[in-house]
Amino acid sequence: MITKITHTCIYVLNQDSAYDFYVNKLGFKVHTDAPMGEGARWLTVTPPEQPELEITLFLVADGGMFDKETVQTMTTLIKKGTFGAAVFTCKDLLATYEELKSKNVVFKKPPTKEFYGFEALFIDDSGNWFSLAQINS
Amino acid sequence: MSTMEQYEKIYLYQRIVRAKLFIDDHYSDNIDLDNISDQAHFSKFHFIRLFKSIYGSTPNNYLIKVRMDKAKILLAKGHSVLETSIMVGFDSPTSFTGMFKKITRLTPSKFQREQELKRNAIQSNPLLFVPNCFAETHGWTK
Repeated sequence: MITKITHTCIYVLNQDSAYDFYVNKLGFKVHTDAPMGEGARWLTVTPPEQPELEITLFLVADGGMFDKETVQTMTTLIKKGTFGAAVFTCKDLLATYEELKSKNVVFKKPPTKEFYGFEALFIDDSGNWFSLAQINS
Repeated sequence: MSTMEQYEKIYLYQRIVRAKLFIDDHYSDNIDLDNISDQAHFSKFHFIRLFKSIYGSTPNNYLIKVRMDKAKILLAKGHSVLETSIMVGFDSPTSFTGMFKKITRLTPSKFQREQELKRNAIQSNPLLFVPNCFAETHGWTK
């Protein structure tokens, strides 16, 4: 019986800038950063209060499951903002919003009241968008 | 809420966030609550109350947490316990070790040994850390 999720994936266009975004700006922790040879890298991060949930920053590049055409298509889709990868939650949306803005995180929607609490939308360095929510207790 | 009330609320949040970022940037300095609350232009009492309401922690406890998080990174990189204690703002390695053990339940040396083992394991066989489905999709198992 499935019990939990341990790994998930965010497709990124550059792992160095993704590292900077998720670790230095969002405050995620590095779980594994392993060179895999020939310039390849296995990079996973975890949200600050979920050390068991590994988020793979999966590079969109030639090789493995991605041929050149797929890389081109994926790159276009990611840059267009096609993929909404997750909902992140926080204790205080206004404080988190102000902090992330001061670190030059780009918001597509400012903090807005919703029926479940408050929500803002931001994009990562590749173009993936995320909901940032403060849920009503 | 009127526009003026909204503006005041945002301004208040910005001051608390700036104080939090001040802690993030100056954790290795000899900072105390008085200079943190001064940075935010609040009285000490008001500052502690607002900070805790937003971050769930007093400014002092948050400072300790930041120091310990940075210490873990430094120890994992191979810095000695003495060097690490100085680099994260402790007066002595003894007080640093005591606090580190209280927070992490490990001595800094034991934590460092565990990180070294993990680092060596990653270097010698990185595939042990990659679920096979991802290793195959990357073409790393051929």
